Amino acid sequence: MDNSKIRCFVIGALMMFLFVSIKTQAQNVENGKKIYETRCLVCHQADGGGVPNMNAPLDGATNVVGNDITRLVRIIKYGFNERVELDGLYYSNSMTPNPDLTPAQISDVLSYIRSSWSNKATKVTTVQVQQGIKGSQKTSTK
Amino acid sequence: MKKGIYLLLLLSISVHFLANAQENAGLTLPNGFKANLFAENIGSARHIAISKNGVLFAKLNRADKQGRTIIRLEDENKDGISDKITGWANYGGTGIYLNGNALYASSNEAIFKYQLDGKDEVVNPLSPITVVTGLINRRQHESKSITFDKANNIYVNIGAYSNACQEKDRTAGGQGMMPCPILDSAGGIWKFDASKENQTYGDGKRYATGLRNVIGLDWNPQANKLYVAQHGRDQLNTFFPSLYTDAQNAELPAETFYEINEGDNAGWPYVYYDNFQHKKIVSPEYGGDGKKEGASDIKNPAVAFPAHMAPMGVLFYTGNQFPEKYKNGAFITFHGSWNRAPLPQEGFFVAFVPFKNGKATGEWEIFANGFAGTVDGAKITSTRSAKARPCGLAQGPDGSIYVSDDTKGSIFKISYQK
Ligand code: HEC
Repeated sequence: MDNSKIRCFVIGALMMFLFVSIKTQAQNVENGKKIYETRCLVCHQADGGGVPNMNAPLDGATNVVGNDITRLVRIIKYGFNERVELDGLYYSNSMTPNPDLTPAQISDVLSYIRSSWSNKATKVTTVQVQQGIKGSQKTSTK
Repeated sequence: MKKGIYLLLLLSISVHFLANAQENAGLTLPNGFKANLFAENIGSARHIAISKNGVLFAKLNRADKQGRTIIRLEDENKDGISDKITGWANYGGTGIYLNGNALYASSNEAIFKYQLDGKDEVVNPLSPITVVTGLINRRQHESKSITFDKANNIYVNIGAYSNACQEKDRTAGGQGMMPCPILDSAGGIWKFDASKENQTYGDGKRYATGLRNVIGLDWNPQANKLYVAQHGRDQLNTFFPSLYTDAQNAELPAETFYEINEGDNAGWPYVYYDNFQHKKIVSPEYGGDGKKEGASDIKNPAVAFPAHMAPMGVLFYTGNQFPEKYKNGAFITFHGSWNRAPLPQEGFFVAFVPFKNGKATGEWEIFANGFAGTVDGAKITSTRSAKARPCGLAQGPDGSIYVSDDTKGSIFKISYQK
């Protein structure tokens, strides 16, 4: 193989890789959107805005775009009913747990809520979710 | 020059639009009614009460920037807009009621009593009398609304800390607990003697049960009876998708308005009211299938409204300012829904319920609309985009009514001009 062939190959491989990764990311978020619409939209609303005093907003929420993935995984899996202060406000409803969602599905829905509306945070991988589940089993009280 | 004319034109057009937007504070009202903003941005104003001198007291759900949760608003120059605003107290809550010169306010656990002087100024802002304490507050449906009968008894709502008494609240397919243990201490109306202090469950009486969450309640002076508006259960479709579609959930169950006699049972969590079949239907958590009827001794509503609109305040109108048809009828504020999603949200208005000889006729109509602030009949798809959400109701000494908004803290004053 001469130099130009190698270059061609490398560029081709890179493009393939990029294409595949964009595609899986897109699928990831598309899947997450479907999960969001069937399980979360009712409370958190179509624009992620939540319901004042009742259901926390996800759009623009510090924790949602933050780095504590374990906490997010625990909330999705076990539900959330602690009425802690979230960005200065309190919410009174109890969030439905989702014990049946697989790590891949949890990563999809988290990736969706972290990259939708005004949110622009990184996607969440299945590995991060698996680590999160392990971590939350240690910390979860429920 | 030409530019100047265009600018002037543009300016006059925009001024015109602005003026229009302000007309009646953005509300749509029946002929002859006018509205204006009595106050703006006072905080999360829940229930309101007005003295015979026209001083308005609003209970805030959260402390305002100055740390206050009871706001006193006075219109000293009598132009219809409050110009003297003061406040006190540091506990969030919903209930407020004025009985002579005793002002009662509730936190989410207790009821306190303040004394007002001849100028409606509070005498003991830091040392109220605790009338009732220790009421259950488990976050969900935590507000404690209050009203009085004519014999100095307080009626307080204690909301159920649950959607439908499932073993684990708000879970798909989850069964309901039998019997529902919540009903011993919540999910109903409790009655207390307003002249006693430091009372709790043992001193009061469960006056009515099977009410999931009541926020709006008032004494009907003509019938001499309590009336309450219940928030119906949520999420029939998300928890029982094989029995209810999204479209069915958006319309079920009805929001219900009851005439309450001592000992009444409105049926929560075992049944809900279906406004299309006109029946009490067994909840899916208790073996229902959307058709099976509940026990016959459960109370029927006096009026049923579309689902999920969230009734927040009830006011029996006793004034002389409004046309005759409003006399002794009830106004009800609707906060606006969230659980109609994915369908558009509804509510965000004040309804009027006509009464004849102390009984509801069963009809109702929209009285004041436009609180959500949408243009050209656009629908609200996310509850937070509603500009205002009607909550508290009170009647002023001149017969005008006042409506509070707990989103931005506006107080709307609605009057009739012959
Ligand atoms: C029954 C209503 C309901 C449903 C359904 C629901 N949530 Fe929630 N969610 C809530 C409430 C209420 C809170 C706040 C709870 C608290 O403060 O204790 C919350 C909080 C959260 C938070 C934390 C926000 C923060 O600022 O820390 C995340 C993330 C979240 N929800 C995601 C989801 C996702 C994803 C789904 C769907 C898989 C979902 N929720 C379904 C009601 C709901």
